[in-house]
Amino acid sequence: MKKIWHLLTILGIVLVSLGTLSGCSSVAKKDVLKADQESNRITWGVKADTRLFGLENIRTGKLEGFEIDLAKAMTKEILGPKGKATFVPVTSSTRVPLLKNGNIDAIMATMTITPEREKQVDFTKSYFDAVQSLLVKKGSPVKNIQDLNKAGEVILGVSGSNSVKNVAKYAPKAKVLQLSDYAQAMTALKSKQGNALTTDNGILYGMASENPGYEVVGGNFTKEPYGIAVNKNQEPFRNKLNWALERLEKNGTYNRLLLKWFGNVKGFNYQEMKR
Amino acid sequence: MQNFINAYSWINIRFLLQGLWVTIEISVASIICSFIIGTFLGIIRYAKIKYLSAIVGFIIDLIRNLPLLLIIFFTYFGLPNIGIKPEIIPAAIMALTVFESSMVAEIVRSGINSIDYGQTEGALANGLTKWQALRLIVLPQAIKNMLPALVSQFISLVKDTSLATIIVLPELMYHAQIIYGQNTNYIIPMFVALAVLYFIVCYSLSLLARYLDRHLA
Amino acid sequence: MLDIITTQWHPLLNGLWNTILCSLIALVGSLVIGTFFALLEISKYRIVRLIGSIYVEVFRNIPLLVIAMGFFLIVPMYIAKISGFAAGTIGLTLYTSAFIAETVRAGINSVEGGQLEGALANGLTHAQAMRYIILPQAFRVVIPPLGNQFINLVKNSSVLAFVAGFDLMYEGNLIANDTLQTMPTYFIVGILYLIITLPLSYYMRYLEKKLA
Repeated sequence: MKKIWHLLTILGIVLVSLGTLSGCSSVAKKDVLKADQESNRITWGVKADTRLFGLENIRTGKLEGFEIDLAKAMTKEILGPKGKATFVPVTSSTRVPLLKNGNIDAIMATMTITPEREKQVDFTKSYFDAVQSLLVKKGSPVKNIQDLNKAGEVILGVSGSNSVKNVAKYAPKAKVLQLSDYAQAMTALKSKQGNALTTDNGILYGMASENPGYEVVGGNFTKEPYGIAVNKNQEPFRNKLNWALERLEKNGTYNRLLLKWFGNVKGFNYQEMKR
Repeated sequence: MQNFINAYSWINIRFLLQGLWVTIEISVASIICSFIIGTFLGIIRYAKIKYLSAIVGFIIDLIRNLPLLLIIFFTYFGLPNIGIKPEIIPAAIMALTVFESSMVAEIVRSGINSIDYGQTEGALANGLTKWQALRLIVLPQAIKNMLPALVSQFISLVKDTSLATIIVLPELMYHAQIIYGQNTNYIIPMFVALAVLYFIVCYSLSLLARYLDRHLA
Repeated sequence: MLDIITTQWHPLLNGLWNTILCSLIALVGSLVIGTFFALLEISKYRIVRLIGSIYVEVFRNIPLLVIAMGFFLIVPMYIAKISGFAAGTIGLTLYTSAFIAETVRAGINSVEGGQLEGALANGLTHAQAMRYIILPQAFRVVIPPLGNQFINLVKNSSVLAFVAGFDLMYEGNLIANDTLQTMPTYFIVGILYLIITLPLSYYMRYLEKKLA
């Protein structure tokens, strides 16, 4: 009996100390903008599995995409021509913890600005106005989100993405399977684990361009403005990012990058997206 | 068939091998660290030092009984709370080391326990200190006894590195996912490649262990 | 941290239930398959032994994640529709069965050889001797290591999170992503795992001491 009490006491002590360890959030107190200017480097959390936005090139091992180019251009705006952009690949699940821990300075990873997220992080103004769509096999009877609002329909999404939350609103009867990243979700769609894959149109067009048997349908049932996320209390850094984004929009760099990545994507109206 | 030929282009194979290299690097580093730390912890637990052994033992039990995925999250997302901000590869090594050390500690403890206490008594009677008895008499025999368990633990470690894809560690499994994520025709070829590559690494580890076992005897 | 428990207890309990269910199914399945392959491995016939060892070595040396994801992604393309839960559970069963086969084989080997000869001399067939004399003794020896395999199985069931298997880890990931309260969520998930594994682990240690 005494031994059990002994054990329980230790259990209590360890649990309490672990609890305090995990409970305290450590939003970095330092000024990110100042630190980045000193080190001449901005560390971005980006996607590595999302065609057109951020994708790892198998041949070179380098990341490529609209967000990568935009992040590089913004880094040069902020730090000057010698400024360096470092990229850390993130997923929808790892990006916020990494930002809060200070492993990355900013997230530019197809992250929709939502009120829930704004409680935890700060967003810049939107740098890409995506809308949510569906990817289905060509010839599928599914034409829009309402078609999926039936018991037995399975929708694939990526865990941590805003689009899976919208599904609960627009097609509450469907079952949603959340996978860890877009590569898994696309693979699962191909192996018939679900009838449709939902996320933002830009990402879906990227997938459709690589998988000819699949098409984007469903129109645009929600608005998904992407913002760059930074930690709370980093006003100077956020203002600087907004300022850099505006400059790139004004001097035509933004439109040039848009044309480079989305100009040839079938079905994607890049003229509408010009700024 | 065409899929297989296309999937095994030199570019893809090279990409897989780069991943394999990271897997091996991380495995070797974690095996070394967890062997040292685990042996140390196992001895502490065995030694029954007041309070220390009980606390160490309990923490080992906690870690041993949690899924490795959680340990990975705790290390990668939790350590920065106490001021350590590891990059992805050190973070993966740390997480694996924490988890595997606790497994090794348990193996070491039961390995030492399996040696008849009479031997320690004999050594003490012959004028050796307790530490000398442990180091010179008990441990060498114990290590031989625990070799099979240790090796299968280290094989598990190699396999477990694949779980670190969840924090985007660029190892073998992650690289395979990148390849078949970009062209879903490559799913089966990639899984075949994964199975073969992991099998080669793990099986050679167990062959090495068998060889050591025979030649240490 | 409390708000996670109060608002998310439903998915958490659901996940806990699926983790337990998956572990129990995989335990029974892998015991049966594992014992079968252990018997193959000690067969008189070389070819049968070879089949047994190939099975064991293959599943012991490939990561569980590769096996489970393989089932999740490849089986539906060619064979049949399979849910993430089923794919993960099958993968976990096959993976664990290889370890159980090794454990049971070691247990059988630990039963003294003379007993088999004695049983055969008393007119039992080989199968009967195995069934009534050897296996019951072997299982007594292997109960503690089997218990440890079961604990491993519960922990390994977290691989279902990768294949949308609705287990505890999957639900934990969703909650962490949703609430963005990563560490508190995983802390609670960890405690739920410990509720299953820690008592088991202490019970196994107690058994080990008692049997020794």
